[in-house]
Amino acid sequence: MAGAGIDAAALDRWIRAFAAAITEHEAELTRLDSAIGDADHGANMTRGLKAVVAKLDDGAATGPGALLKQTGMTLVSTVGGASGPLYGTFFLRMATAVGDTDTLDGAAFAAALRAGVEGVVARGKAEAGDKTMYDALAPAVDALDAALGGEDAAGALSAAAAAAAAGRDATTPMQARKGRASYLGERSVGHQDPGATSAALLVQAAADTLG
Amino acid sequence: MKKLINDPADVVTEALSGIAAAHPDLRVDLEHKIIYRSDAPVQGKVGLLSGGGSGHEPLHGGFVGPGMLDAACAGEVFTSPVPDQMLEATRGIDGGAGVLHIVKNYTGDVMNFEMAAELAAADTGVEVVSVVTNDDVAVQDSLYTAGRRGVGVTVLVEKLAGAAADEGRDLAGVAAIARRVNDAGRSMGMALTSCTVPAAGQPTFDLPEDEIEIGIGIHGEPGRRRVPLAPAREVAEMLVEPILADRDFTGDGGTLLFVNGMGGTPMLELYVMYREVSQILAKAGVGVARSLVGPYITSLEMAGCSVTLLQLDDELMRLWDAPVRTPGMRWGA
Repeated sequence: MAGAGIDAAALDRWIRAFAAAITEHEAELTRLDSAIGDADHGANMTRGLKAVVAKLDDGAATGPGALLKQTGMTLVSTVGGASGPLYGTFFLRMATAVGDTDTLDGAAFAAALRAGVEGVVARGKAEAGDKTMYDALAPAVDALDAALGGEDAAGALSAAAAAAAAGRDATTPMQARKGRASYLGERSVGHQDPGATSAALLVQAAADTLG
Repeated sequence: MKKLINDPADVVTEALSGIAAAHPDLRVDLEHKIIYRSDAPVQGKVGLLSGGGSGHEPLHGGFVGPGMLDAACAGEVFTSPVPDQMLEATRGIDGGAGVLHIVKNYTGDVMNFEMAAELAAADTGVEVVSVVTNDDVAVQDSLYTAGRRGVGVTVLVEKLAGAAADEGRDLAGVAAIARRVNDAGRSMGMALTSCTVPAAGQPTFDLPEDEIEIGIGIHGEPGRRRVPLAPAREVAEMLVEPILADRDFTGDGGTLLFVNGMGGTPMLELYVMYREVSQILAKAGVGVARSLVGPYITSLEMAGCSVTLLQLDDELMRLWDAPVRTPGMRWGA
């Protein structure tokens, strides 16, 4: 990403890779959500990302900002639950951060990603340790910023993906304080958070396609 | 999975289509998954909109009609509807007096209704006020959590605020009734069995024959604790005790006692529970002036029940007795 930069075609690849990963992990997301939620995360995300890919196939959105905005609006309109507004807001805030830029360098992409994550916090009011998708996203953007100085693009994104995976794994011993899992109180301990799991797939997809 | 369905992906749309066929008093927008009373918008009346995931029927779509809701948005099973639906419905029921959004306190519902209200303010100029219900005493309330769930009291809010809107009150007045009802109501639920989300294909949790879940919500999620199966008398104690510990219900107006079925429990058992609960209340000096028994806010085919207690006063009693004509609740009209 440091070389040619990230353009709309690269973002298109990233979002499609995320969609493919969600479809592939649908059953796992549903299983995790059955344990501490209401068993719909896999189905909802799959439905939303299918709609996102259909929009990408239409090819109406051209620049990076338009593509991210279209993705966010589609997720808000199709996913439902808490994931719809949260992932939707993530992409909408990224779109705002990107603006009219045609090609993003590493720093611009990292800044947009951080803006997206801040949007998730604003919408969901989650804090670190609440056992939510934020627990995977926050360490990922921190790792990306830290690695950008030294590493090449692929290395920085790999570091972000590793941090997201570690953040995801760290949700298992946490007691949920946000979302439906919070109703379980102490019984939410010992289960991996489904939102953090799908968020780690999002960052891994970036490492696979944008590095 | 053994269900009367065709394709799991079509359950909600096909049910809405059935509602449209069964109830000519309602108008169903299948594209947006919205159920309207057929004469909406009612000019000069505050519009009442609710919505939520499907699987809780008759809530909310079964409560659309004169004396209750003007429209309800249906989401996928156990999944909040999306802002586009709420925005469309808000436009469709505004008769010039503004629209009240009745929202159950779940993270997804609250966020989607919030985005819809923001869009309504920006795009339509329709005045929207939101009231969030959170009556479930099973959840410890805290500033740092998602807070208590909106359960049984939502049915009562829809009825009582609907009656207030019918009396011609303005948006602030109708919202004040809705908030007062939420503040004066408490609920607690239990499950004998789990339930199966059609898209998931298997029960959300395993519950052995000899165990029950106490403190469940309405989405097939496990409760606060699991205990051995007990006689109705003891189950009633487990539900009523935390309700009475949370609020004083010995006010002069008496209470409304609502024993709700979770979808898979026969009326026979609900009346056994009603008997047990009313005996406990009598001992505790809590008078019951009105009652509601039946499956009104359900969790698919889950067996179990919830108890909701609402402190009444003269005004709420009058609003409760006012005529209502909906598929799920109908009297005096």
